[in-house]
Amino acid sequence: MPPSTPFSNHSLDEYLRQQEQKDLLRFMTCGSVDDGKSTLIGRLLYEAKLLFSDQLLTLEAESRKRNVPDGKLDFSLLLDGLLAEREQGITIDVAYRYFSTDRRKFIVADTPGHEQYTRNMVTAASNSDLAVVLVDARKGVLTQTRRHSYLLSLLGIRHVVLAVNKMDAVDFSEEVFSDIEQEYRSFVRSLASIQVTAIPLSALLGDNVIEPSSHTPYYSGPPLLTYLETVSVNETEAEKPFRMPVQWVNRPHQDFRGFSGRIASGTISQGETIRVAPSWKQASVSRIVTQEGDLPKAIAGQSVTLVLDQELDVSRGDVIASHKATPGVTDQFQATLMWMDEEPLFSGRSYVLKIGTCTATATITFLKHKVNVNTMEHLAARKLEQNEVGVCNLSLDRPVAFDSYAENRNTGGFVLIDRMTHHTAGAGLIHFALRRADNLHWQTLDVTKQARAHMKGQKPCVLWFTGLSGAGKSTISNLVEKKLFAIGKHTYVLDGDNIRHGLCKDLGFSPPDRIENIRRIAEVAKLMVDAGLIVLSAFISPFAAERDFARSLFGEGEFLEVFVDTPLSEVEQRDPKGLYKKARAKTLLNFTGIDSPYEPPKRPDIHIETTKESAEEAATRIVERILMSG
Amino acid sequence: MRLTHLQRLEAESIFILREVAAECEKPVLLYSIGKDSAVLLHLAQKAFFPSKLPFPLLHVDTTWKFRDMISFRDSVAKQEGISLLTHINQEGLSRGINPIDSGSGVHTDVMKTQGLRQALDLYGFDAAIGGARRDEEKSRAKERVFSFRTAQHRWDPKNQRPELWQLFNARKHKKESIRVFPLSNWTELDVWQYIYQEQIPIVPLYYAAPRPVVKRDGLWILVDDERLPLFPGEAPEIKKVRFRTLGCYPLTGAIESDADTLPAILSEMLLCTTSERSGRAIDFDQAGSMEKKKQEGYF
Repeated sequence: MPPSTPFSNHSLDEYLRQQEQKDLLRFMTCGSVDDGKSTLIGRLLYEAKLLFSDQLLTLEAESRKRNVPDGKLDFSLLLDGLLAEREQGITIDVAYRYFSTDRRKFIVADTPGHEQYTRNMVTAASNSDLAVVLVDARKGVLTQTRRHSYLLSLLGIRHVVLAVNKMDAVDFSEEVFSDIEQEYRSFVRSLASIQVTAIPLSALLGDNVIEPSSHTPYYSGPPLLTYLETVSVNETEAEKPFRMPVQWVNRPHQDFRGFSGRIASGTISQGETIRVAPSWKQASVSRIVTQEGDLPKAIAGQSVTLVLDQELDVSRGDVIASHKATPGVTDQFQATLMWMDEEPLFSGRSYVLKIGTCTATATITFLKHKVNVNTMEHLAARKLEQNEVGVCNLSLDRPVAFDSYAENRNTGGFVLIDRMTHHTAGAGLIHFALRRADNLHWQTLDVTKQARAHMKGQKPCVLWFTGLSGAGKSTISNLVEKKLFAIGKHTYVLDGDNIRHGLCKDLGFSPPDRIENIRRIAEVAKLMVDAGLIVLSAFISPFAAERDFARSLFGEGEFLEVFVDTPLSEVEQRDPKGLYKKARAKTLLNFTGIDSPYEPPKRPDIHIETTKESAEEAATRIVERILMSG
Repeated sequence: MRLTHLQRLEAESIFILREVAAECEKPVLLYSIGKDSAVLLHLAQKAFFPSKLPFPLLHVDTTWKFRDMISFRDSVAKQEGISLLTHINQEGLSRGINPIDSGSGVHTDVMKTQGLRQALDLYGFDAAIGGARRDEEKSRAKERVFSFRTAQHRWDPKNQRPELWQLFNARKHKKESIRVFPLSNWTELDVWQYIYQEQIPIVPLYYAAPRPVVKRDGLWILVDDERLPLFPGEAPEIKKVRFRTLGCYPLTGAIESDADTLPAILSEMLLCTTSERSGRAIDFDQAGSMEKKKQEGYF
C-alpha cells in the first residue's frame, strides 16, 4: 500500500530497501466463465487502494455506460482490456496486474474461463506459484473447474485457493460452502500433490476479500489477501543441481570467449567443475562475468556470462551443468502434451521442439493415450485436438539435455512449434528418456548403399510426385520409368492405387490415415533407395508436413519433389476415374481438392504445369535432370 | 543469498534481450529517448558485456519532440559502441502533418505509427525491441513478451501465441516481424527505482525546473519552441514543472512539482494518485484507442 506522508531522503532509502527485500508471489485466477475472476482482482485492487484516481474515474464512467446501478462499479472493466472482451463481456487473454502490499509484491494473471482459450490459461499457469480457482456458489464444481485444476496439477502448481464466490447469492450458506469444498477436495485427491485452502467470499460485496466477513461465522481462516500475503511458497530453484542453458556465445575479440545464459537452477562458484551436455566435456569456471565486475558466486535466476578454463566447443542450446548431478541426455522421451493449436496433433507428424535454448526437430512416434479431463480416464487416440491432453513418445533429430518436469520446470518443459505456420502448437512436460534409443542398434551391413549403387551404375534417389488426383502423376511417372529402363537404369514405381490394395489396405482417407499412408510409403522408398534403386512414388500426398517428413528420411540430393501442377478446374473436367463427380455428389468423402485440403509445394525440385507441357516433354525433362545429377 | 526484486527483473530482461539477439536475424532497439528507453539501453549494455550491442538503436522522429530530448539523444548516439539510426516520415512531413493542425490522432498515426513501419521495412528489421510495460495500459497488460506482427505490421490480440515458461517462439515467415518487450513485468516504480539505483542518465525534463507553460484541456503544455501557436488571451506562465512521460511536446502534459532530484521524484511518485498515462493526450481519444493503434502497428 502506498505511504501517505512525504519522505525525508533517509526514510526514502529505507522504504526502497524494504521494497527491494519483499518477496514476490506470482499467482493466477482461473475457473469457469462468469465465476467472477476479473471482478475479484478488481475488488482486490480497489479495496487495497491500489488504483489510481484517474483509473477510478474511467472505471466509474465506463460502469455507468454499461448500465451498472448507480454507485456500483463493474470491476471486470479494469482487466478486460481488449475491445473484443469488452464487447462480449468475456476474458479472452491473460491480463497481468502488478501490485504490492506492506508484506509482499504480487503479479496476478487473470485468465479466461472459456474452453477455447484454455491455451491462455496454461500460459499463465506455467509461470505461477499459486492459483485461485473460483467457483460460483450457485453452480458448484463444473467441468471447467475440473479441467483447470487438472492442468494446474500437471504444470506443477502446489497451492490452490478454492474461492467459493457469490456467497451473497446463497445467503452465505454454510452448507453450500462445505458441500462445494468437499466435492472439490475429493476430486483433487486424484491429482498430484495439490494443497487446497477453501475460502467463502463475495467479490461483488467484498466479503472475506480484505477483511474477515461477519456473514461467515463458520469460516475461521484468513481473508483472501491475508492468505496471499502469508502463504509460504518456497523458492527451491537455488537448491537444485546447477543448470545453465547457453543462450549466446559472447566473443567480442580473440582473447575473450564466454557463454551467456540465465541460471535455471542451482548455484555456481568460481573454480567449480562443470560438464557441458550433451557433449559431456568437462572444464572449470574461471570467471563469472557481469558488467559490474566478476562475481565469486551466482545463483538461480541470475543472468551471467561464464568463462571456462579450457577451449571447449560450446554453442547455443548446450547446457552447462554440475559435474556431480548431470542432466539426462536423450533423443527419445515420453512426455505429457497439452495441445493448443487449431490444427490437431497427429501421431507421425514432426514439429520444431524448443527446450531451454535448444531447438530440434521432433517426431511424434507414438500417441499412447489421451486423458478425459472429467474422469481422468485414459482413451486410445490417434490425434489430439485443441485443448486436449495426452501422453506420447517423441523422437528427436539430435540428443538434447533435459530433466524431468517434476524435478525441474525450467529444463523439463518444452514447446512444439508447427513447421509450416510457426504457431506455438503444444506444450510438453518430460517424464523420462526412452532407453530404446540406447538398446536398439542398427544392424550394420557389409554391403553398403554406395556399393550397391555402384554396381548398378546409378545414383539411387526417389522422385516424389505430388499433385491432385487425376493431375497426371501416374502417366508421367510411367513414362519416366520406361525411359530410364530403356537406358539400363534400375527403377521401381510405387503407385498410390496399387499400394492401397496391399501394404496400406487397412487405411482409410481421414487425415490421420493419410499421414500414416505416406509414412509407410516414405519408409518403403527409403529401403528401396538403400537397395540402390531409382524410386518413383506417385501419390497425392496432400500435406506439406508429410512431404517434409519423407524428405527428412533421405540424404542430400536423394529426394526430388516433383509437383504435377494441374488446376482443379482442369482435373475435374478430365475426371478419368469419375471420382470428382462422386465427391461433388458427396458419395465420396475426404476427397482432396473438394472437401479435404491440398497444400501445394512452395519450392518443388521440379515443377510441371500440365497445361503448358505435354506428359512426354515433362518425362524427358525429368530424365535429363536425373542423369545430370549422376 | 536471495535475489532482490530489481535483480530478478534485471536478470529476466537480460535473458529476453539475449534471446532476441540469438534467434532473430536483424533486430533493432526502438529508442524513444524516454526513461524506459534509458533503462532498456542500460540493460542491453549489461546483457552483451563485454561485447558491443549486437543491434542498432532506432529513433522514429516525429519532429515534434522536446528540444532537450533531441540533444540528449545526440549525446547518447556519440557513446562508444552505439549505432543510432533516425527515421522521419518524409512523406508525412511534406504533407504538413503536425500535432496542432492535424490533431493528435492523425499526427501520431502518420508520424509515429507509419514512420515506424516505414523504418522497419526500409532496413528490413525482423524484430523491434521496445520499452513498453504491462502496467502502462489495459491492452498492454494483455500482450506477450514476444508479440507477433503480420507482414502488414498488424497485431491480432485475439490470436496470440501461447508463451509458456521462458520459452519464446521467435519463428516467423519472411516479412513478418516480432515486437519484443523486455520490460513487460516492470512497473513505473521499478523503473524509477532502478534508475536511482544504477544512476542512469535521463532527459532533464523529468526533473522539475521553471519552464514556460500554458494550460490546455487540463494539461500543462510546455512552450518548447515558436511552433506552438498561442490562442487569444493565452500567455505562457513560468511554472516549476516536470514530466512523468515524454512524447511530442504539444501532446504531453507536465505536472507542477518541486522534485528536482531522483529521490524527490521517487517520493513524489510514491504519494501520487494518478497513473502516468494520464499525461498523454493520445490515450484520451476513445476507449480502446491504444489497442487500435497497436493493431495498426503503433508500438
